[in-house]
Amino acid sequence: MKDFNIVLTGVGGQGILTLQKIISEAAMKQGYDVKASELHGLAQRGGHIECHVRIGKKIHSSLVRQGNADLIIALEPLEGLRATYYASKQKTIFLLNTYEIIPLSVYIGEGKYPSMDKILDNIKDFSKKIFSINASEIVKRTTGSIISTNIYMLGYAVAENIIPIKKEFVLDGMKKVIKKKYFEMNKKVFELRENQIKRKNLYFKK
Amino acid sequence: MRNEILKKKGKILLLGNEAIVRGALESGVGLASTYPGTPSSEIGDTFSEIAKKAGIYFEYSANEKVALEVAAGAAFSGIKSIVSMKHFGLNVAADSLMPVAYVGGSPLVVVSADDPSCWSSAQSEQDNRYYARLAHIPCVEPSNPEEAKELTKFAFKISEKYEIPVLLRTTTRVSHTRGIVKLDKLPKRKTKGKFIKDMKKFNNLPPHTMEMHEKILEKIEKIRKLSEKTKFNFILNKNVRSKIGIIVSGVSYNYVIDSLDQLNLKLPVLKIGLTYPLPTEKIKRFIRNKKEVLIVEELEPLMEKEVTRIAKEINPKLKVHGKDILPKSGEFNIETVMKAIMKISKKKFDFNFDAHKKNFEKLKIPRRIPVFCPGCPHRATFLAVKKAAPPGTIFGGDIGCYILGIFPPFETQDFNLSMGANVSVIHGINKVSNQKTIAFLGDSTFFHAGMPAIANLVFNKSNTLVIILDNRYTSMTGHQENPGTGYTGMGDKTTPIRIEDVVKAMGVKNVKVVDPFNIKLMIKTIKKFLKKNELSVIVAKRECQLMAVRRMRYFGVEPDKYEIDQKKCKQCKSCLNNIGCPAINEIDGRIFIDKNLCTGCGVCASICPNGAIKKVKKK
Ligand SMILES: Cc1ncc(C[n+]2csc(CCOP(=O)(O)OP(=O)(O)O)c2C)c(N)n1
Repeated sequence: MKDFNIVLTGVGGQGILTLQKIISEAAMKQGYDVKASELHGLAQRGGHIECHVRIGKKIHSSLVRQGNADLIIALEPLEGLRATYYASKQKTIFLLNTYEIIPLSVYIGEGKYPSMDKILDNIKDFSKKIFSINASEIVKRTTGSIISTNIYMLGYAVAENIIPIKKEFVLDGMKKVIKKKYFEMNKKVFELRENQIKRKNLYFKK
Repeated sequence: MRNEILKKKGKILLLGNEAIVRGALESGVGLASTYPGTPSSEIGDTFSEIAKKAGIYFEYSANEKVALEVAAGAAFSGIKSIVSMKHFGLNVAADSLMPVAYVGGSPLVVVSADDPSCWSSAQSEQDNRYYARLAHIPCVEPSNPEEAKELTKFAFKISEKYEIPVLLRTTTRVSHTRGIVKLDKLPKRKTKGKFIKDMKKFNNLPPHTMEMHEKILEKIEKIRKLSEKTKFNFILNKNVRSKIGIIVSGVSYNYVIDSLDQLNLKLPVLKIGLTYPLPTEKIKRFIRNKKEVLIVEELEPLMEKEVTRIAKEINPKLKVHGKDILPKSGEFNIETVMKAIMKISKKKFDFNFDAHKKNFEKLKIPRRIPVFCPGCPHRATFLAVKKAAPPGTIFGGDIGCYILGIFPPFETQDFNLSMGANVSVIHGINKVSNQKTIAFLGDSTFFHAGMPAIANLVFNKSNTLVIILDNRYTSMTGHQENPGTGYTGMGDKTTPIRIEDVVKAMGVKNVKVVDPFNIKLMIKTIKKFLKKNELSVIVAKRECQLMAVRRMRYFGVEPDKYEIDQKKCKQCKSCLNNIGCPAINEIDGRIFIDKNLCTGCGVCASICPNGAIKKVKKK
């Protein structure tokens, strides 16, 4: 496989770092070389947070080049839009959670939060394909809280086969990174999309 | 997860900073010290987690200078020691770094984590490789986690053999890159040493000081010989015949490799891991037959200057590129380096970086200003300050989480320089103007650099107000312990120093401890103290809400929640506009509190003029 470049983005507190750790551990388990970049510090306080994960045979830089992302997982639409810096029409697949978190700059009148249609329209210019889903809503319906949205998104990517990592390795990674107490709940969330696809296929077979 | 770092063997994923810890452990380190600061903090935090298990001593020191001196003391006693800090930390420690280098304090590794692009640094974007040259100590620069571990071990070896401290300089992108690291053997550690008296060796006193200066210069020349032959200074694509060459250090090495790969280009690359002293002969051989050489280094053109000097001697026609085509400030990435290589190699690439960037900039995406967390006691303090301080009051800000007071809706920070600095700047303003002044600093900052500043206020009769935001942690950098918290970096109980006792003992007469959530009392106290023509101190004491909530949830308790009675709410928006709380949102003209985010501080309820905000009754 040629290098596979992933950008994970969202707002501090959405679990971007956890997602990065799980993907990195899983990729290593599957036999890939991995480099991931993290940002710590101010970004944790409601700021935008972005991690890059690059996997492949031999990886050097931990940063994804401008326009060179294969997959962008955005836990927040505005941050998805910001990640178009790493995206291009030729190759990038977007997995976008439509749950909006309005930045303070919008409240104080510094800028406007674009409509969802506008965001998707803009992203279209920078992508090959977009999966836009209201992941937080789905997760809240299942677990009563939006906390595991990050895990749902990862499960979605694996179920849709848009990330070159196998489920068994992701689960290994989750076991390592997520506290034991929360693992089963997260596994359930992780499998939501997969089960949905299975049900759909069953329906169409009939 | 961090316990994995103590595994005997195998391959594991480590952050650059964690790899430095592993490197120290594989070297047999006995003592580690630090003062936290991004991007270096995970070094100390990892030591803090594993020190007991690993059987070594670790401490969070009161500041970087203290941390360096502690490590030097252990090294003087024959124990391998490591001290880590962020780049400005070394400014604080520099006063002791010079004499420790002169006396040959070793085995000692000094880690400086620099932050090109200032991802988490307010004060400066300085390049600490200068300190190696200033102090005449060797400098190693890793480019990835694997190398971070290897170079830590190498640094210890140099330090021990040549009796000299070694500077391990990383940058954010090395410290915060996760990569696969192969573990080597953990040796038996020596943690008990002995200080053997040697007046001549350990005392700095002229004319001996000058002798020491000569001696350290000799050491550096000896180490230059090592620099010529070490495997950490190597040539990639050695057999490629080309008139163009690249010399690179640190994280940029990765960008060079990736650029060459994407451009389908093969050029000889001299990668330097031991960057001071530079391998002069090796560089001579590398540039002898070249027409052009590109020096790829972030920030200052240190290697570039030396290569230019060497070229004058050996190949005067050589064109030395560096800062003529690469940025002088800000970190590099693949595209910056790729563009530079394209320029000198005339190679084309089928992706237009500039056009792409232009298209991206057209999107005009609103920025995300960092905000105080829901329930942050600092927010409450600033809210009270805004209400109590007369217009025109000068606010001296500092570098902890309260730096966010700079943003709307507070704007309670007219300047900030370095940790603790604002207290004395306020004092200076106070001496020459009639303006009302308030100086802010946090608990960790108080112990780091605030105490001498406050002593000076008492000594020199200042009449300012100082508000110490005591949230019981060094929060900004990840909730580390400090002299006020009552616990050491190894998790043992210790005497917590009470800030109010210290300032009283220093002679401050007006001292009051106030809970910031008690907005009314805070406002009253600020007003009262501002009227006095005397130095006064308010200790705004309340635990960081992140930690308070974390503990509650650990015990299965959900914090209180507040809600807005929509019948009573008159949409005056005083909560929305004055507090800047992420939990308070406007949806279609109405104001709501997001229960997922609210942590129950009640500050909004205490300022609502219509009594519309109430605690949600627990079922
Ligand atoms: C010399 C120096 N060392 C370290 C840092 C990194 N740093 C920024 S703020 C801070 C401490 C903050 O602690 P505190 O004063 O208690 O405020 P809090 O963040 O808890 O509100 C540190 C260590 C720095 N900016 N300068």
